[in-house]
Amino acid sequence: MTQLMVNGQTREVDADPDTPLLYVLRDDLELHAAKYGCGLGQCGSCTVIVDGEAALSCVTPLLLVEGRSITTLEGLGTAEDPGPMQQAFIEEQAAQCGYCIAGMMMRAQALLQKNPDASDAEIREALEPHLCRCGTHMRILKAVHRAAGLMRAASAAPAKGAA
Amino acid sequence: MTAPITISRRSALQGAGALIVSFSLARAGFAQGASETPEGKAAPHLPGSLAVDPHLDAWIRIDADGSATVFTGKAELGQGIKTALIQVAAEELDLPPARITMITADTGRTANEGYTAGSHSMQDSGTAIRNAAAQVRELLIAEAGKRLNLPAGQLKAENGAVIAPDGGRLGYGDLVGALDLHVAAAEISTLRDPKSFKILGTPMRRVDIPAKVTGGAAYVQDMRLPGMLHARVVRPPSYGATLKQVDMAAVEAMPGVARVIRDGNFLAVVARREYQAIKAMRTLAAAAEWQEDAHLPQQGDLAAFIMGMPSKDYKILDQHGEAGAAVLSLEVTYTRPYMLHGSIGPSCAVAHSEDGAVTVCTHTQGVYPDRAAIAELLRLPPDRVRLIHVQGSGCYGHNGADDAAGDAALIASKMPGTPVRLQWMREQENAWEPFGPAMVTKARAALDASGRIVDWNYAVWSNTHLTRPGPAGTLLAGQHIAEPFPVPEPKPIPLPEGGGDRNAIPIYTLPNAEVMHHFLPDMPLRVSALRSLGAYMNVFSIESFMGELAAAANVDPVAFRLNHLDDPRARDVVTLAAERFGWDGRPKSQDGRGCGFAFARYKNLAAFCAIAMEIETERETGRIRVRRAVAAVDSGQIANPDGLRNQIEGGILQSASWTQYESVSFDTARITSIDWATYPILRFHAVPDSVEVHLIDRPGLPFLGAGEAAQGPAAAALANAVADATGQRMRDLPLTAAKLKAAIGV
Ligand code: FES
Ligand code: FES
Repeated sequence: MTQLMVNGQTREVDADPDTPLLYVLRDDLELHAAKYGCGLGQCGSCTVIVDGEAALSCVTPLLLVEGRSITTLEGLGTAEDPGPMQQAFIEEQAAQCGYCIAGMMMRAQALLQKNPDASDAEIREALEPHLCRCGTHMRILKAVHRAAGLMRAASAAPAKGAA
Repeated sequence: MTAPITISRRSALQGAGALIVSFSLARAGFAQGASETPEGKAAPHLPGSLAVDPHLDAWIRIDADGSATVFTGKAELGQGIKTALIQVAAEELDLPPARITMITADTGRTANEGYTAGSHSMQDSGTAIRNAAAQVRELLIAEAGKRLNLPAGQLKAENGAVIAPDGGRLGYGDLVGALDLHVAAAEISTLRDPKSFKILGTPMRRVDIPAKVTGGAAYVQDMRLPGMLHARVVRPPSYGATLKQVDMAAVEAMPGVARVIRDGNFLAVVARREYQAIKAMRTLAAAAEWQEDAHLPQQGDLAAFIMGMPSKDYKILDQHGEAGAAVLSLEVTYTRPYMLHGSIGPSCAVAHSEDGAVTVCTHTQGVYPDRAAIAELLRLPPDRVRLIHVQGSGCYGHNGADDAAGDAALIASKMPGTPVRLQWMREQENAWEPFGPAMVTKARAALDASGRIVDWNYAVWSNTHLTRPGPAGTLLAGQHIAEPFPVPEPKPIPLPEGGGDRNAIPIYTLPNAEVMHHFLPDMPLRVSALRSLGAYMNVFSIESFMGELAAAANVDPVAFRLNHLDDPRARDVVTLAAERFGWDGRPKSQDGRGCGFAFARYKNLAAFCAIAMEIETERETGRIRVRRAVAAVDSGQIANPDGLRNQIEGGILQSASWTQYESVSFDTARITSIDWATYPILRFHAVPDSVEVHLIDRPGLPFLGAGEAAQGPAAAALANAVADATGQRMRDLPLTAAKLKAAIGV
């Protein structure tokens, strides 16, 4: 049994320690947002946040994340009550097929948590490991800028926390 | 927080739950309803896909609570078609979009609309749904008239009810009980006046996006059925390889492994957990000994190889007339390599065999044709096989989706009672999907003293762009099993749609023009439909050539096009793109910067698209980056302007990636571009600063497909901009940094 903190909850999983985190999330924890794209660390579609840093879950074995805190897209909100990153992607309609989008959002979330005022150049640089085949890049950039704005607005209004 | 999260997971998984229900419906519904072949009821005179199935209730059903269920044989491929079709139905029914449930491609429930491809969905399905919805609305009004004893002319439909002059309302749900919608559609519908549209033409938010951005069950890759096992296939190392021997015992003993399957050259493993299946797949692959037999062409000399292949020749244009005397002529050759669809999510399917019937959830573009292939593969009657479309990663044409569905169905058929989820690995997707074919074009033209084209001669060499199912031999599983099915003979796709010759006939007004299509039946590499088929290459060639001719004639490239363009809608998009880009005041070509322009009407019968682009190039590295692109598009009546913009933006970026980077690589036997390092595509460092899309709405005019309209113009605008920026005309795709550096480098 391996213990993980996933989206704020303690979870126990019974999988081989060499199992990539991606399959633990999807098959053991039924969290399907992180996607298999290449399994090689080349496309970013499996990205989640581990201890505040974006991580490629397809090349991160379970054994390396024991006891660490993991956030997946499901941890940012729901369709009924979307978090600011999700809200921004909905408002910008920033998806075509959407298969790459969960990974992009997690990378952007990790960036904005550390650097709420990230510049356009910083956002582009952060997203460099991510591929989108549908060509949704322009909207993804707009959505991340919008998310930054929503997060700043939320932290300025102390009534409701953003992250 | 524990409880709420668990509950929301459950509710998010309702999509998968609904599919389980569908699985049992599948058995009850076999051989009835919409799954029967449409032949007996075809009605070719009716608009759009009503010609395939004229029954109103094949398209629209009104439920007792007054909401509607709308059926389309088209699939949502991530292009927003589901939302656009909801808008169409909502407009004509006069019902809020939220009260419409859209059922997409499912051989158990929807009409046979063939493939979701070729930018046809709005033309075919949108037209059918619009007409069916209008006729249902008129039937509801007539029924209300009967009840109220009022002429229909005094009644109107509004917001899900029929309204009487005195303000009385009869809800659709109350009226529908007395109506039989299982009636054939009339030839003429009373369509809403586009001027009064409330929903159609407005930027409605896509219905599929919330689940996609919150981790809801949005994809076939996410389906998890009770008792489901995970499968992986082991593919041969190269085309035509035969399995000499394999020791399966060691794999069978691995943890979690439920089955190891060998059927001729078809190898697969099935395991409890997905990662166990992957490990078992690797062990099985290492244990397999193959006899390889492939002979691939020399990649360095692809153009000569293609032009030297045996061909069937078709003269597709031969027109002659009066023209001025030629003072100048140009002749050039363009080439493109094999290209990947390269879906970000490798192909996947979930199949279940039970009581002699097989259900497959798949991201195929054609549930009916793929069902035919799978039924033949499993040697079952088609009515024992049901295919349900569930979204996958974007496909951009015929990728591995159908093959994965065939693989999953074959594996499931060997394990009755157990649902099986199969996903391909990245290297399998890259090596085994059918590629967009390599092509060569040759263009020659003559100009008179006034800069007009007086003679045009063009030829295109290409494989087929269509090896989709149908027959079981189109599926990899059908080719690899012990008793394989024959691979069907490739055929050209007839014009006006065309395959290799799609858009090979220029839309320009030319007094003398000849166009040849050299169709190449031999296919050394597996090929099929890639978004826009031959149009990408033909528009790249024709529009690059127009740029070359304009330069030779010393005429501005936009003016040069307008001088040869009579169609007013074509002229409008060219003019609008040039205006919005600021073409006349564009930055001069200097410091490696330059601008380019291109235009095409997709297939010469669908959407019009013109694109102006500004790029920068780096002398030291040869690197190209698009700075900004401005597009103008006319796709007839617009259903969802934001959805249309999204498609064009995406097309421009995807085409920029194809055009700058992409080429399938291979050695004498094997495909070697098997991941994103060996097949690089666009990354964020090369993403433009801005992409603008300007739309020309044509209310009341027919829907014109636009999903593929940008591919060709974006490629040519880029090449024209490179020529403007560097003085180098690049004719050999892709326009890589290495090639540009070799041409201009310091
Ligand atoms: S799936 Fe992890 S980087 Fe591609
Ligand atoms: S939206 Fe389809 S891959 Fe990015």
